[in-house]
Order: sequence, then C-alpha cells, then structure tokens
Amino acid sequence: MSAPTIELRNVTKRFGSVIALQSVNIEVNPGEVHCLLGDNGAGKSTLIKILSGVHRPTDGEIFVEGRGVRFRSPRDAQDLGIATVYQDLGMIPMMSIARNFFLGREPRRRRLLWQRLDLDMANTVARRAMADVGIDIRDPTQAVGTLSGGERQTVAIARAIHFGAKVIILDEPTSALGVHQAAMVLKFVVEARLRGLSVIFISHNINHAYPVGDVFTFLDRGQPRGTFRKKDISRDEVIEIMSGGEDLRAVEAEIERMLAQARSSEAAH
Amino acid sequence: MVRPPPAWGSFGNLDKARIGPMTSIEERGAAAPPDGRAGISSKRRGAADERITRTGWLTRLFRRPEAGAASGLLATVVIFALLPGADALYSLQGSMTFLTLAAELGIIATAAALLIIGGEFDLSVGSMIGFAGIVIGLTVNHLNFPLWAGIGSAFAVAIMVGYFNGLIVVKTRLPSFIVTLASLFILRGLAIGITRAVTGRTQIPYILNDVPDNWTAKLFNGEILTGLFQWMGNQGWIETRSDGLPFVAGIPMSIVWWVVVTLFAANLLTSTRFGNWIYAVGGDAEVARNVGVPVARVKIMLFIGTACAATLLATIQVMEAGSADTLRGLLKEFEAIIAAVIGGVLLTGGYGTIYGVTFGALIFGLVQMGIFFTGIDTDWFKVFLGVVILVAVLVNNYIRAKALGESAGK
Ligand SMILES: Nc1ncnc2c1ncn2[C@@H]1O[C@H](COP(=O)(O)OP(=O)(O)O)[C@@H](O)[C@H]1O
Ligand SMILES: [Mg+2]
Repeated sequence: MSAPTIELRNVTKRFGSVIALQSVNIEVNPGEVHCLLGDNGAGKSTLIKILSGVHRPTDGEIFVEGRGVRFRSPRDAQDLGIATVYQDLGMIPMMSIARNFFLGREPRRRRLLWQRLDLDMANTVARRAMADVGIDIRDPTQAVGTLSGGERQTVAIARAIHFGAKVIILDEPTSALGVHQAAMVLKFVVEARLRGLSVIFISHNINHAYPVGDVFTFLDRGQPRGTFRKKDISRDEVIEIMSGGEDLRAVEAEIERMLAQARSSEAAH
Repeated sequence: MVRPPPAWGSFGNLDKARIGPMTSIEERGAAAPPDGRAGISSKRRGAADERITRTGWLTRLFRRPEAGAASGLLATVVIFALLPGADALYSLQGSMTFLTLAAELGIIATAAALLIIGGEFDLSVGSMIGFAGIVIGLTVNHLNFPLWAGIGSAFAVAIMVGYFNGLIVVKTRLPSFIVTLASLFILRGLAIGITRAVTGRTQIPYILNDVPDNWTAKLFNGEILTGLFQWMGNQGWIETRSDGLPFVAGIPMSIVWWVVVTLFAANLLTSTRFGNWIYAVGGDAEVARNVGVPVARVKIMLFIGTACAATLLATIQVMEAGSADTLRGLLKEFEAIIAAVIGGVLLTGGYGTIYGVTFGALIFGLVQMGIFFTGIDTDWFKVFLGVVILVAVLVNNYIRAKALGESAGK
C-alpha cells in the first residue's frame, strides 16, 4: 500500500510548561476521513495547527506522502496540498466570494505594464468550482459576510478541492451550525472523501463525526487515547470514550441520588 | 423533499424585502426559486438554508461604498448653490480654488484611505509634510543639491520613515495610532530642531532662487492646458484680465497630480493582486496570513505610501511658495482621515473605495471655500466638520450593514 497522505510521528507540542500534545501518532490515507475527538483543551486545534503550518512541533516529525517535511509557514503546508478550513478564520466577510476564493492565489493577466487581477476569470472559475461540488452561486461578487456559516464552510471546502488539496482539515466546522447547515457541510466532507482526498475532521458532535468518519482518534489533555477504525468501534463506544466513560457514570449516579433525595423529601411533606 | 410550509416561505420573502428594498419585483419573481431563496443553493436534495436575495442595480448602486459620499457631494453642491456667494464659488476661478484645495487634500487622503482600508492609521502625515519640505529646503539651499536631487532626497527620507512606521507596527503589533503618534512628534520636532540648528530660523525661504532647474519646479507648480485656456479667453468664453491673459491660466499641477494619484490608487486597489491583499489585511489580517498573503509587506508598503503622498504634497507646496516652513501640514493627518471617512472608508478597515475618497476630498474643499464665499464666519467650518464626521461614520456603518445583508453578526 502507498504511503499515507499525511502522517505525524511522535509529535509533541509544549507551550511553556503546558503540554498541549504528547507523542501523538496519526496517519491519514487517501479517501479517508479521520476524526479527532476530545474534550475542550484536549489539543485538537493545536494538532491541526501543526499540520497546517501555524505551529511548529516541539518534537516529532511530519510526513507528507512519505517524505519528511518541515513547515515554516501556513503557505508551506498549502503548497503541499494541505488545506485548512477554519471555523471562523477562513473568510473575509467584506470581500466577495470570488475574491475570497482566490485570496493568496489571485489569477492575473498581463495588461500593458502591469499584471492585472483577472476578476472575470475569478468570478467564472469560482462559480464553476462551486458548481462542481454541487453548489450553485448566482453572484460570485456577493460579500461572503452575507452567507450563512454553513455556506461559508462549503465555499472554503470547494476552494480547497479546486486548488488541488490532498488533505482537508476541518476544525469543528459544524459546531456553530443548525441541522440543515451542518448536513450540507457533512455532504461536502463526503464529497471530498469520494474524490480521494484525505479529510481530518474535528467535532464535538458524535452525530456529525460518526456517520462520516472512517477512523477515530481520541485525545485527552494532550495524550493520545487510541485510534480505532469504524468497524472496530460502535457509536456507543465512541460516546463512552468521549464522555470519559466512568466520569459520566459517576455523574449519572450523582444525579440519580439527588433526584431520589428530592423525591423522598417531597414524599415526607 | 421537505419544503417549508407556505406561511414560512412568505415570511421569508418579507424578510428579504426588508434586506433588499430596492430589488425589483420582476427580478425577484423571475430569478428566485419559488420559496424566495437564491444566492447559493445546492443542486441536490436538501437545499438547506439559503437566504440571499438577488439584488437590483439600484440596490447595488446604493450598496457601493461611495454611495453616501456621492449623495453628500450632490447635497453640498446644491446647498451652496442656494446660498449667497454661489456665483463667486461656482465661477471658474472659485471652482479652480476649491478644486485645488480638494486636490491637495485628496493626494494625502487617497494614500491614507489605502492604509485605513489596510487596517492601519498614519498620524504622522502632517508632520511628514513639514519634514519633507525641510529636507528639500536644506538639501537645495545648504547642500547645493540640484532641485531634482533635493526632491529625490525628500522621497528617500519618506520611504525610510514609512518603512520604519510600518516595521514597528507589524513587529510590535502595537496600534498604529500610537506608533505614528510618536512619529508625529518626532518628525515635527526634528523638522524644527534641525532647521533651527542649521539656519537659526524655522523657515527656509528662497529655495527656488538661483535654481536653474525650472523644468522640475514646473512639474509640481505649473499649469497644463494653458493654450486651451488662453484660446477660451480669446474667444471670450472665460474671463480675462486687462492684458488679455485669462484669470485662470490652466489646470494647476496639483490637480493633475491628484488625478494621477487617484487613478493609480483606484487601479491598484480594485484591479491588482496587491489591492486584493489590501482589502484582505484590513478585513482580517489573520485570515490573510493563513492563506499566504504577506501581511507585513503589504502594511509596510502602505505606510510608505502615506509618507510619499505627504512628500508629494510638500513638494507641490514648496514649489508653489518657494519656501519651506517647519509648521506646514499641521493637522493634515486628521483632514486626510476625515476625507477618507466621508468617502465611505470604514475606520475599522477592509472596506472602502478610492473614488469615495475623491468625493470626500471634494466635499471638504467645496465646504471650506463655500463657507468663505457665503461670508459665514469660518469658525463654523469646524462645527460643520464635526457634524459631517459623525454623520459619515453613521452612514458608513449603515451601508456596511447593507453590504453584508444586515447579517454581519450572524
Ligand atoms: N498559543 C498557545 N499558547 C499557549 N497555550 C496554548 C496555545 N494554544 C493552545 N494552548 C493550550 O494547549 C491546550 C490545548 O488547546 P487546544 O489545542 O486549543 O485544544 P482543543 O482544540 O482540543 O480544545 C490548552 O490547554 C490550551 O490552553
Ligand atoms: Mg479547538
């Protein structure tokens, strides 16, 4: 089998004395959705920031298609086909869809003395690229700020696919969305996967993560807590691990006890 | 497929009518799907939650960032036409005077607007005007530089000043407001200090005496189309003096420079990659950085731009007056910011156009001259200015909300 699209080996990240990640190993193959699960502060965002070139690991190595790499900037990661869709940080609201689509990779055409931005082409291509993944935009000059959260995510995903991303990283893309919007985003996750891309998907919501995920990695305060393929783990087991298993049962027992107490004191009156 | 119940759908339409009041009925009826949804839609089942209506050209016109300033200019023109003194104000001479005022402000306001759209401020513009004038004066008078070299030195200094302003802002991440406030004092202090140390005074007179380089001076202080104006004078179309020369000899170079700067900046902003980056770094520097926009470089270039615009204005003024004054340009930084704001540039960055700023500078020049010609006490100009700033900011906010379909906070 060929090398994974992206692989982390023994990656550790410390912020001063905080160990945000401790010896994490992850590999994602083409056409695979890898879900990162864990409570707040588990280190999920830190992990994807390392993958997208925002942070450098304190220790450990990153491999892209089998070759060791070192990202000096987000641009380096992008150039290797790693696209990150940030929850809020992906788009500039006051710029048009097409301008956002091409931001950082503007198409240009030589005109007399200088290179002009090819806005016609940007508008046409942005519209077509969106249509390719099944979204129909009528007006690519419309400000992104007029789009809903889910629509923005889909623009970002379409952009990543269009520019030939091999890996798409999504950090809680659905957490702020309503049911329909989340469903739309999940559809594009599947779309990307079917095109043979690797997807790294972070979510709190098991109902979003389980249906689309192929592999699940759990993180707990920076420590890896196992990686499972979907066939090896049921939805209930995922919930169990995510909610900290025993912790949740302890909480349930506590609530039960309190309710029982309340009932008995009511009965006494 | 699940369609919203009719009541819900029509409610949606009402909602949209409010967002886009100018949208024509036909257009909405024809283009939008039956449930009134448009903008983005999935081709497949479950076309989720789309709520962008198609917009008519009038809405689009009003959503343009210049819309407020253009209407403001129209209103100003009309108001002064109805006040006493209109004849003098709108005569060729009066017009040329307020256009020259607008031009001088417009040159620095255009650069300031690019910087503000890029998310930063430069409060050192006014001091830079004074400082650049001094550099020209000292190099020409005391170092015996040819005029072109003196002007060149001033621009070299401006590039350095702009570079350091920008560098400090992007490296320290301090608000540019504070950093350039420091530059404001440093440059003004240096201008006065150096001039006094060298000449014992605070002004440098007679810069153009013994300067053979007439052509360079003309580039900043002459007029163009003098032949045309003379001809119009001969035809009796425009007023002439007793010796037959027209009162207005031609179009002053300051206006020519303003047009050049405006066209250059407008083109830069809307039709180049760098322009796209300006909007991006002002809209959200973090996003811009994440997609590979060289944020620091863009911002530094914009600071160099404001310093160079200040130097261009200083050069025009020095060539016109033949002298340099350390106090030149006082408070110009605020006038530049005001013109930009009146022109629809958002103070928080990321939004605005150059032609809006052109309107802003025109309003400024027109009112300044208009108040003079009506005979109203010019003290009232300041009151007017304050009110206009407030109105402009409110209008900007409103227009921005419109541009974002009133859903910015969503
Ligand atoms: N830039 C940073 N500087 C210092 N500490 C950080 C930084 N980013 C994250 N951390 C810390 O690392 C830990 C993991 O954070 P994060 O990766 O954001 O978790 P998650 O996304 O899983 O909620 C947290 O304790 C957080 O405070
Ligand atoms: Mg996070």
